[in-house]
Amino acid sequence: MDGFLFIAFPYVALILAIGVGIYRRRRRPYTYSSLSSQLLENRKLFWGSVPWHYGITLILLAHLLAALFPGLAGRILGGRIRLLVLELTGISLAFYALFGLIVLIIRRLPTTSRVRHATSYMDGILLGFFLIQVATGVSIAIFERWGSLWYLRTAVPWFWSLVKLHPETATVTSLPGIVRVHFVLGFAIILLFPFSRLVHLVMFPIKYLWRPYQVVIWNRRTRKVESTEVMQ
Amino acid sequence: MNVRAQVSMVFHLDKCIGCHTCSLACKNLWTDRPGTEYMWWNNVETKPGTGYPTLYEDQEQYRGGWVLEDGKLRLKLGSRPTELVNISFNPRLPTLDDYYEPWTYRYKDLIEAGPGDDQPVAKPISMITGEDMEIEAGPNWDDDLSGSPIYAANDPNLRKVMNDEERRQFFELQQLVYFYLPRICNHCLNPSCVAACPTGAIYKRGEDGIVLVSQEKCQGWRMCVSGCPYKKVYFNWNSGKAEKCILCYPRLETGQAPACMHSCVGKIRYLGVLLYDADRIEETASKPDQELVEAQRDMILDPFNPEIIHRALADGIDRKVVDAAQRSPVYKYVKAWHLALPFHPEWRTLPMLFYVPPLLPVTTTLTAQGHHELESNFFSSLESARMPIRYMASLFSAGDEDMVIAVYKKLLAGRIFKRAQTVGDVPMERAVQALEEARSTEQEVEDIYRLTALASFEEMFVIPPMLREVAIEMGVDPHEFQEERGAGFVQLPARGL
Repeated sequence: MDGFLFIAFPYVALILAIGVGIYRRRRRPYTYSSLSSQLLENRKLFWGSVPWHYGITLILLAHLLAALFPGLAGRILGGRIRLLVLELTGISLAFYALFGLIVLIIRRLPTTSRVRHATSYMDGILLGFFLIQVATGVSIAIFERWGSLWYLRTAVPWFWSLVKLHPETATVTSLPGIVRVHFVLGFAIILLFPFSRLVHLVMFPIKYLWRPYQVVIWNRRTRKVESTEVMQ
Repeated sequence: MNVRAQVSMVFHLDKCIGCHTCSLACKNLWTDRPGTEYMWWNNVETKPGTGYPTLYEDQEQYRGGWVLEDGKLRLKLGSRPTELVNISFNPRLPTLDDYYEPWTYRYKDLIEAGPGDDQPVAKPISMITGEDMEIEAGPNWDDDLSGSPIYAANDPNLRKVMNDEERRQFFELQQLVYFYLPRICNHCLNPSCVAACPTGAIYKRGEDGIVLVSQEKCQGWRMCVSGCPYKKVYFNWNSGKAEKCILCYPRLETGQAPACMHSCVGKIRYLGVLLYDADRIEETASKPDQELVEAQRDMILDPFNPEIIHRALADGIDRKVVDAAQRSPVYKYVKAWHLALPFHPEWRTLPMLFYVPPLLPVTTTLTAQGHHELESNFFSSLESARMPIRYMASLFSAGDEDMVIAVYKKLLAGRIFKRAQTVGDVPMERAVQALEEARSTEQEVEDIYRLTALASFEEMFVIPPMLREVAIEMGVDPHEFQEERGAGFVQLPARGL
């Protein structure tokens, strides 16, 4: 069972996320969209979308950076004060994101008339997974103290063993149940990524910062994208 | 100099009867799908009024278009980083309530109602939720200034040029005056929707200047909706993509006039190609408010000038397109006659839809003696106009009243001249004198009269050859598409999960 949950399942999730993601981007580009429902409902979206996006983005980045640079993360967390500050920041962000998520869930409930008509089953599934994932994350942070430290010694070696195609699950299988649920759900969300609106995550238009303002496309000149009016 | 062609439009507002046929032609052709029910790529507004979406002209609220900061053009919406920061919640997006909630009626009730004491009625239901709804607003709720003076009184242009007392007088029943303003996408030379799109999904076609949203690239970030000061990009809540007027390019490519123009009952619409200097776009859009209209006229090039023709051909413009530019009715109204003006040039997008401002509401002032026509000064009616010139100037010339007066003088002089000619109750010498004062000539007025009143279909819509067959041949063998799939969507445009 552990072999399936911590070796086979992560691999399946990652391969599908990348493979289907690329296939969808190239062959089904029309389906790539943030699928915003702001036009239909504005007020609740403000209280939901802003906390959720900022909160979860920063938390995800922290998870990702710590996994990429465990040595550096370990040194930063080494001091007691620094550990305390970072853990407090993390948990505040988690509550911030959780608040946004709850607003977003309320906003999508079948009783709120308009938005429900721009809601798919997948949106419901996503919101459910997010709720459990953030809730387990928050309770781990509170009850399984100094997660940012033991994360570096348990989950990170496991990630890297997966990356190196030499899976080693010993560091994670003995962890408390709630932690293992959090790990598996994380990969479940990765699995959902190519099949849901989550694809908008990789489409973040960072290129906007440097692309020319005006876009002119010529058909006769073999569809060359030209940007003569350079107005930065 | 970099010569480019732009398919452009002129709407002659004196001829608009406000019948909304254009809107319906467009709606039936393009926006009858789920998610587009509320969209009117073509709409007709009553002016003064708040328009559709409500108060879209108030850029302090919606932040559309460009502003000049230290001589540099900036999106009023904000800097690029600001836009990315606001991407999960766009604080300047109009919501459905700013447009209206689209509805239909439950017609089944009429057939299926059981026996009863009352006639069955078809109840209004929302086209989004399918539930019963109270109809409280529509896209032209204030049509003909009907129902309530609130809409007209809140017109941002009117508030700008009149104080409360003047506005109170303006809305006295005997004084009441209005006209219609049909609007489609302006297919601007400096489009702010293109500039605001984080993905770069909106583009201007090089060959004809039509502004389009790539449905495959669009990610639904909604910044174009806010970026366009005319609010002519709409968000499809079903597909999660932005959509806008496509100037019926599939029709243009097959030599047909756009549906709104083809169906226009008042024959107010003209379409033709203009040659312009693309190197001067930024310079022109950066002029001070008062010089914008003149500068935009300046960058439109004379298609009869041999030097320009030479440059145009060198820049890859087809000979047939140059020919079309020479016959373009838009060139005549905009550049040769100076009669057509852009709508809100101060938003600096260089809109390529031009309007001949309406003369009728201006001059039909009734006095105690009845209709007053010619006093010692031919144009005295302009000063005592019911629809103040400064209101027109705030719409069509960034506040420059002289520019609007010049248009009106020419229109009035033409009217006086034709009256002298056909009715004869005005001496011809006086009519000629009026022409001189309006800086026009008999020949010019005759030409204006012909194109305004007598033009045939072919004169009103001079559609340049779009040469798509040439374009396709460059990239692929056209036979590849035969009996296969056509050149459009490969998949059905179905909403993503």
